[in-house]
Amino acid sequence: MTNIETVSHQLAEELKKHHADYIEARLEENQTSHITYRGQNLEAIGRATTSGGNVRALVRGGWGFASFNDFTDLAGKVALAVKQAQLAGSEHSQLAVLAPVTDQVPWEQDRNPVTIPLAVKKQLLDEYNEIIWRTPQIQTSTIGYADSRKKAIFLSSAGSYIEQERADVTLRLAAITAKNGDIQQVGLSLGSLGEFSAIEGLHQQVAEMAQRAVELLSAPQVTGGEYTVVLDPVLAGVFVHEAFGHLSESDFVYENAQLRNIMRLGTQFGGKQLNIVDTATIPGLRGSYKYDDEGVPATKTYLIREGELVGRLHSRETAAKMNEPPTGNARAINYRYPPIVRMTNTYIEPGDTSFEEMIADIKQGIYARNWYGGTTSMEMFTFSAGEAYMIRDGKIAETLRPVVLTGNVFTTLKNIDAISNDLDMNQGGGCGKGGQMPLPVSNGSPHIRIRHCLVGGK
Amino acid sequence: MMERILEQALKLAEQAEVFTISSQETQAHFEANRLKQLQTKQQTTVALRVIKNGKTGYATATELGNSDELVRNAAETAQFGTAAGFQMPSPVAYPEVEVFDPAVDSVPTEATIGLGEEMIATVTAHTPDIICEAGVSRGTLSVRLLNSRGGQASYQKSFFSLELEGNLTRDTDMLFVGESESSCHPLTGTKTVTDAVLWQLELSRNQATAPGRTLPVVFTPNGVASSVIMPLMAAFNGKTVLEGASPIGNQLGKPVFDRKLCLWDDPTAAYRPGSRPCDDEGVPSQRTPLITEGSVANFLYDLQTAALAKTQSTGNGSRSRGSLPAPSPSAFVIAPGDMTFAEMIEDMKEGLVIEQLMGAGQGNILGGDFSGNVLLGYKVENGEIVGRVKNTMVFGNIYELLKQITAIGSETRWVGGFLQTPPLYCPGLSVASKT
Repeated sequence: MTNIETVSHQLAEELKKHHADYIEARLEENQTSHITYRGQNLEAIGRATTSGGNVRALVRGGWGFASFNDFTDLAGKVALAVKQAQLAGSEHSQLAVLAPVTDQVPWEQDRNPVTIPLAVKKQLLDEYNEIIWRTPQIQTSTIGYADSRKKAIFLSSAGSYIEQERADVTLRLAAITAKNGDIQQVGLSLGSLGEFSAIEGLHQQVAEMAQRAVELLSAPQVTGGEYTVVLDPVLAGVFVHEAFGHLSESDFVYENAQLRNIMRLGTQFGGKQLNIVDTATIPGLRGSYKYDDEGVPATKTYLIREGELVGRLHSRETAAKMNEPPTGNARAINYRYPPIVRMTNTYIEPGDTSFEEMIADIKQGIYARNWYGGTTSMEMFTFSAGEAYMIRDGKIAETLRPVVLTGNVFTTLKNIDAISNDLDMNQGGGCGKGGQMPLPVSNGSPHIRIRHCLVGGK
Repeated sequence: MMERILEQALKLAEQAEVFTISSQETQAHFEANRLKQLQTKQQTTVALRVIKNGKTGYATATELGNSDELVRNAAETAQFGTAAGFQMPSPVAYPEVEVFDPAVDSVPTEATIGLGEEMIATVTAHTPDIICEAGVSRGTLSVRLLNSRGGQASYQKSFFSLELEGNLTRDTDMLFVGESESSCHPLTGTKTVTDAVLWQLELSRNQATAPGRTLPVVFTPNGVASSVIMPLMAAFNGKTVLEGASPIGNQLGKPVFDRKLCLWDDPTAAYRPGSRPCDDEGVPSQRTPLITEGSVANFLYDLQTAALAKTQSTGNGSRSRGSLPAPSPSAFVIAPGDMTFAEMIEDMKEGLVIEQLMGAGQGNILGGDFSGNVLLGYKVENGEIVGRVKNTMVFGNIYELLKQITAIGSETRWVGGFLQTPPLYCPGLSVASKT
């Protein structure tokens, strides 16, 4: 296995030899293990160790990028990135000013999930799978477990040298039921910043998940249309990520004059009770880190404060071009990709309504919990619930089949009229953007109520 | 080098297979109507699969050099692995499938930049305030496979693609248009992509409102790709079938879909990015009928799934970057019918045209559901497209929708390299909208 520290010293020398406005390199060493089940059988189990790196150069506002997992001819790789940047560049380079950083961010050795024996991991997953299969009417199940421990070295022509390590654990389970050609499924997604214990002891939750998949076979499909919906913290977290988070990533905004106008700081997007934050500085969350992939320290950024747009997420380039401070949100999923503006841990701050108060005056509405997924086109977004119930006369009523909800960012945020006090972060998600997926993020919220939300159905 | 890994592995295991894939790709990426970045990506992956004491083990690495660790890891995982029910393929003749054009490698970077500039110039000349993102990519990959029964395969593939996405923002209204094209030959013109985008822009000039009820719908080729294809791919996957999680798993030979519908998987079409002479296990490529005149004809299998299902591999074993093979389509092809797109529109009194559906992959795909926001779609009134719809959601299930099809289009095209389809005209889809 190539030692990336040795490579980094050679690269540091190469970076000095080239003329570009700016050059940086990232090197990574990744250990992973994974176990998947399809039905009652273990399907795949394995370990992998990979390494690779990239060089990114900036010349007259144009970027050149070369990624590789073959560490020979480093000089050629740096030259290629610089040559590409020269071809791409035609104006002048702008990057937010950053003092060079030299730092080593170690990882606690006891938080390395990869070194836990495969047999221990398999034992736990066997227990979960048995619980699923003990449930009557189960047709099949899927389980996907993966962990990783990554060491990354960042170096730049400005003199930065940062070594960071991180670890990640994800677990996805799904129970699938069938009756007369009708197939239903319920899933559970969990994750942590390397803590294996975060996925232990879920026996009760797994049993409930399997039971819900059975219940869905006899559940009705909602009638499509506009409803008052109440979202649980998990689904509201997906909602804030899709509905607003992506729009606050300024790589989509900074060179679009109309959008810059719409996204002017100070614009009212929601009611006074709405506060939205993105921050990588909370210890122990999957979206957390000390430095982003451009070597910029992580910050806490208020995106919305009292309903007003007050901030956005930046790379060094978007910050410079919008004349705003950098926020440390440039992230790359791995060495094969250049960093782009991404969220970290995104959440709605708690309010003061209780869940009971929230549903008390709803005559007919939908209570949507848990998530399947979500996506956005900036203006429009959709997100789908893993569980749904009718609300009738202020009470949770019958179980529905999972619903897909959609909205328009410019109206839906204003339709949030109640926020509860029970903030919870969901660590089971992965975000996709520009072909880079899944990036570890977390999102969260208290329960929220949205008026006039469009729900798909028969 | 691969031979040495195989030899080492056979000291510990009964059967072994070494698979390597190397790729080199260059992309010119345009943002906000300007060239923003040129990038080159090089990657090599080596995968070793062994069968030891009847069980499968495997490991991957990024370097050919460290064969000891690779063999050790594969042997270690075999103790937990699944019982292997198959034999690796012995030497076999592969069909002639043309997927490599050396001209791709010699296209100068300046020429790829020129194609991107040309696409953006055409679209901004039509709509000056549009903001475009574009990509021109080209690359080559080489695959080589060796197994302990003497089976071996190797081929090279080239690919070239154009992508264009435009965003038009007016007040808080955002319109997204886009198109792409791909081939194993170098693409020299941009007209296919830009004509499609200009057409979308023309049809979106006005806004229209869709009523919230069941409406007839025409799915354009992009519309087919973003709605019904994911549930179809899941349903025909031999693994889903084996687990009893495919609604059509026990319907082989039965008429589940409209008689007009014919679908097959085709990895043999010349110079298509989804094509190859053999799959990632060395099984020869074949064209596999999936729906023949509405009846379920076959499912897609890799070696292991086929063995468990007591059938033959269809040559659909696919590895994403060296992982264990799993059944996966190469390219879905839907046979054209006899009605032109223009005739479909003329035929509708009131209906929808769906060009892009957002979020359809997030529901109960196994059950056949697709539900999403119409990101790009048009309202039809009295045989004419009157404008673009917004704040509109559709809800459908492929087993209801494709049971009765009004007509299948006569004009077919490739979408994203993995699907060749004509437009589909369906009698009724549930629509919910916000006025």
